[in-house]
Amino acid sequence: MFVDTVIEDKSLHKPAFLLGLSVAVLIFFFAFNFTDTVFGEFLSPVIGNPKESGFFGRLVVSFVLSAIFVLNLFAISFARLRVQIFIVWIELFLLFLAFAFSFDLKFSFIQSKIGLMVSKGLFTTIYISAVSIVIATAIAIVGAIAKLSNNGFAYAIASFYTSLFRGLPLLLQVYLIYKGLPQLGFMVDAIPSGIAALSLCYGAYMTEIFRAGIQSIPKGQWEASRALGFRFSLILRKIILPQAIPIIVPPTGNQFIAMLKDSSLVSVLGIWELMYMAKTLGQRDFRHMEMLLTAAMIYWGLTIILEIIQARIERKYQQKA
Amino acid sequence: MDTNTKAKNKNPIISLDGVSKWYGDFQALKDINLDINLKEKIVICGPSGSGKSTLIRCLNRLEAHQEGKIHVSGIELHETMKDVDIVRQDIGMVFQNFNLFPHLTVLENCMAGPNWVRGIDKKEAKERAIAMLKQVKIPEQADKYPDQLSGGQQQRVAIARSLCMQPKVMLFDEPTSALDPEMVSEVLDTMVELAKSGMTMICVTHEMGFARQVADRIIFMADGEIVEQNTPDEFFNNPKSDRTKTFLDQILI
Repeated sequence: MFVDTVIEDKSLHKPAFLLGLSVAVLIFFFAFNFTDTVFGEFLSPVIGNPKESGFFGRLVVSFVLSAIFVLNLFAISFARLRVQIFIVWIELFLLFLAFAFSFDLKFSFIQSKIGLMVSKGLFTTIYISAVSIVIATAIAIVGAIAKLSNNGFAYAIASFYTSLFRGLPLLLQVYLIYKGLPQLGFMVDAIPSGIAALSLCYGAYMTEIFRAGIQSIPKGQWEASRALGFRFSLILRKIILPQAIPIIVPPTGNQFIAMLKDSSLVSVLGIWELMYMAKTLGQRDFRHMEMLLTAAMIYWGLTIILEIIQARIERKYQQKA
Repeated sequence: MDTNTKAKNKNPIISLDGVSKWYGDFQALKDINLDINLKEKIVICGPSGSGKSTLIRCLNRLEAHQEGKIHVSGIELHETMKDVDIVRQDIGMVFQNFNLFPHLTVLENCMAGPNWVRGIDKKEAKERAIAMLKQVKIPEQADKYPDQLSGGQQQRVAIARSLCMQPKVMLFDEPTSALDPEMVSEVLDTMVELAKSGMTMICVTHEMGFARQVADRIIFMADGEIVEQNTPDEFFNNPKSDRTKTFLDQILI
């Protein structure tokens, strides 16, 4: 993106904007009434018993909250860009932790279950996602070439495939493959069915990404290659794909991340992956929130790893270009 | 008017026989008859939309013609031909927008053709590429990527890339039109050198100085037809048709 060389005045440093923002935030906090929360308790020296503080209490709490919010923004606005980003990240993360801790979690319970969750659930999730990613990529390359070809059969099959698998909810595909194939006489286990559903669904999305990536390469590249006497497969391999990959990588990384999370849908087949473990382990002791939050953090961690890998690959191609 | 001025030579390297082409309802080429001999230098000029680029792109079948016959080295170009790649390997083409491969270095651009389709090993392909880059006077840029070069340098690399295939014919499709004015001459100089070396050349260009200097024949096209063809002297000093006169008046201010 182009960052303009002229720096505009920061709106946070304009009194009118600050005033407007304060009023808006005040109205927000007032409307949602935080008197019954920790904030009300914290302010009890001023407003007395939060439950009986009424309009006055509500006003004080929302006033204090909005003052903290606006002053925080105002203070951060003086920091350098990187510091700003860091501080905001930390603050949002702390808010998320506050949300998690508000559930009165029992950490000894998490500790006792997390071993099983990682060794069994995390492993299965990674296994299913990794295999599906490889198969989906292979499908996408073949599908994209078929969609760009002049062969009627290839185009028809590929476009029917992408239309169907992009058109059905993934959960429905999981059921159809697992319950449908046995009726045709093919007995398939849960894990292969889950992998098949994920690969086929994401293969369809990625077919479109790969097709668009290949089409974005200027026609002149094809013409110059043809004029040198290159054959189709050579042009695709040596000229077009190497140029298309940097364009394909960001949206494909997105798909990988989405697929990793959507692998949770195969839990309906009773596969012992992360989501299934999270649901079942907490059930007996009515400790749902502990397990769900643990699974959430593990999913989040995995996607952050994928994001880092994607950023590395993008940087590598940017250096080359 | 007689457009069927066939050359005397019995074995032309390229011959067109009643070639016509349409884009939908629009007829881009109308009954083109033309023979081009080995070592001949042809300049094709004419107003924009006259079909000159279309004509040159039909010669290596980047475009398909619908009527008539095109022969290159005795092989007819047609829809179901099997060996179009073999024919194309013998015809070099230089484009208006260079069309270098941006992900390959200058050297790799020049090695690609010989190494990938001519089956020449890397070492020899590299030697040849360096020799051709010397011929276009930029051997020192060999390890750079195309977008690190000026337009004129890129076009000279494009010429070297084609020459590495050791073609029998070179096609130039407005090779200087996309260049800044000060870079035109470096590319034209390269083309003049190439002409002196005896290469068969067919150039679509508006550079009339170049045409005067190297062309054996100048072909003037308008509305998809060959209106007039002649030696440079006759063409510039004694144009026959009114359209040629008007065109020359406009272009030679």
